[in-house]
Amino acid sequence: MSTPSYLVDTGPRKGVAAWLTTTDHKRIGLLYLLAMTIFFFGAVGIGVVMRLVQLTVFQKLVTAQTYNALFTLHGVVMVFLFVIPGLSAVFGNFFLPILIGANDVSFPRLNLASWYFFIAGALLAVTALFTGGGPPDTGWSFYAPFSIKTGTNVSLAVFAAFVLGFSSMLTGINFITTTHRLRAPGMTWFRMPLFCWGVYATAWVQILATPIIAITLVLVILERVFGIGIFDPAKGGDPLLYQHLFWIYSHPAVYIMILPAMGAISEIMPTFAKRTIFGYKAIALSSIAIAGVGSLVWAHHMFTSGMSEFANMIFALLTMIVAVPSAIKVFNWVSTLYKGAIDFQPPLLFALTFIFLFSIGGLTGVMQGALAVNVHVHDTYFIVGHFHYVMFGGTGFGFFAALLYWFPKMFGKMYSKKAIYASWFPMFVGFNLLYFSMLILGLMGMPRRYFHHLPQFDTLHVVATVGSWFLVLGLLMFFGTLLRALFKGGQAEDNPWGGVTLEWTLASPPIQENFEAIPTITHGPYHFEKEGQG
Amino acid sequence: MSDPATAIVHPGYGTFIKVWVALLALTGLLVTLSHFGQTTAVWGLLILTPLKAGLVFYFFMHLRYEGPLLKGVVLITLGTLLIFFALLFADVAFR
Ligand code: HEM
Repeated sequence: MSTPSYLVDTGPRKGVAAWLTTTDHKRIGLLYLLAMTIFFFGAVGIGVVMRLVQLTVFQKLVTAQTYNALFTLHGVVMVFLFVIPGLSAVFGNFFLPILIGANDVSFPRLNLASWYFFIAGALLAVTALFTGGGPPDTGWSFYAPFSIKTGTNVSLAVFAAFVLGFSSMLTGINFITTTHRLRAPGMTWFRMPLFCWGVYATAWVQILATPIIAITLVLVILERVFGIGIFDPAKGGDPLLYQHLFWIYSHPAVYIMILPAMGAISEIMPTFAKRTIFGYKAIALSSIAIAGVGSLVWAHHMFTSGMSEFANMIFALLTMIVAVPSAIKVFNWVSTLYKGAIDFQPPLLFALTFIFLFSIGGLTGVMQGALAVNVHVHDTYFIVGHFHYVMFGGTGFGFFAALLYWFPKMFGKMYSKKAIYASWFPMFVGFNLLYFSMLILGLMGMPRRYFHHLPQFDTLHVVATVGSWFLVLGLLMFFGTLLRALFKGGQAEDNPWGGVTLEWTLASPPIQENFEAIPTITHGPYHFEKEGQG
Repeated sequence: MSDPATAIVHPGYGTFIKVWVALLALTGLLVTLSHFGQTTAVWGLLILTPLKAGLVFYFFMHLRYEGPLLKGVVLITLGTLLIFFALLFADVAFR
């Protein structure tokens, strides 16, 4: 009898009980996937409502106060419940152990505990909407002094983010330990697939930066409850300290979001170019460089805050430097395609879309990094456009690409490629209509977080809103196709894409223990028999 | 556990008490320094607090018995914190 897959319950518990008590890293990955997809669609719904409000006919759909609550909730859910756990929680959990030739993570129970922290944080955030003074209206950044003064339920919301931070830190500890201790014999550091490098670098940022936001959020609660005055100049405090502390975490957090996505793209490119990745070491080490330098650029969010000129200069310089390792990756991915035998499949289409959208996000980032430009675009729709290109175009599309790439392995089912291509079109067109309009609106002077707008911005707001409809249509088609594949899809082959990393040596879906016998690794990860021949 | 690889010789209570007294003395010194103006207080904090934390890590949290990897991890963490401080001073000291 063949060994059952990880999707089959073999223990004493069955069904939901088995899933909720599982310590199998693959199942935990799927638990995250399920929860995060639900959160994602909830927040997309809020995004669409906000876009409707910008149409003159729907101006009265919500009140100004509700609009404030909507962008706060949208931002909090997207950031803390979707992109920060992101690819690490889902694909890191599922594939990190497999890619390094291990049967599980180092601390399987802690891994499950991390998921429970994640769900507890999410439930607390939802509770914050209906209790106390009602939904928070501060924006996802909870800036002092407003977050201290507002009567809305900020205390519970930041406590929710605090709990979510624990989930992130524990996952980081688990992944670092796993990478150090559980690599298969022969799996040296530079034989690890690049996705592992991405997840590993991310884990370091998770454990080094997250405690800072945790403490900052506790300070907000203490300030609200006891008025300790740490952010209050009247009591000798400093409101800019809040911004520093917040961004010391939240800027590295954008690298927590993007590094695993970059890792996934580095897996996809060689598989579909059928040749080894261009510049393996440069990509691996640039992940570490991004994690390192990326932790030192936080105050570029504060150029107009009244910070010292000297600090402005230092942080502008560091910001320019961090663009270099990101650009290295982009050049290497594109070079990987050169002279490859390109096999055009849905994961590659989404990976290329990632590169295109992320490059726009990155380049607009460099623009904002220049002090003079920053003064002009700070707090405008340019910023909103920029971070959607990075977070959604980057992490979001990276997530979709990874899902398409690994879906057959995770579920043992294949989706309709035609339907995925069909979903890509409205997604791509809608995305650019929506967010490129925002970039132009910002340059024209449209401020962010505004409930209504002046008449001169009308046309582009209409374009952006229509774009949001196309985008949502594409998203529904995309996830609808995958859902259909889950229930009605044909059996996937063990290696549908001709990949050469370890996951493709396993059955689709893999067995519970991953490997019948731990493999011995004798060469680097992207070792194609005939380079570029398919 | 009886695993010889993980068995460690614990220091006696004497060492712990000495460390505790040192921590108290450092706290006293910090409080005293805070009476000599803001700059002295801040420098005192920056130098003495890591020292105190170091003593706690080293003795109470058993860093002393760990291998080079874990020691390295703690050093990286402290190094990161130091860089954060330096960059914060690029703002605060030049406002
Ligand atoms: C269909 C999808 C989406 C739509 C229609 C949408 C739309 C919007 C709109 C209209 C705003 C508020 C602009 C303002 O008034 O300042 C906003 C803010 C924001 N969005 Fe999205 N968005 C979408 C997806 C995403 C995704 C995928 C992410 C993250 C991965 C994201 C992260 C954010 C964040 C962090 C904010 C800032 C909230 C704040 O100002 O506190 N959004 N979005």
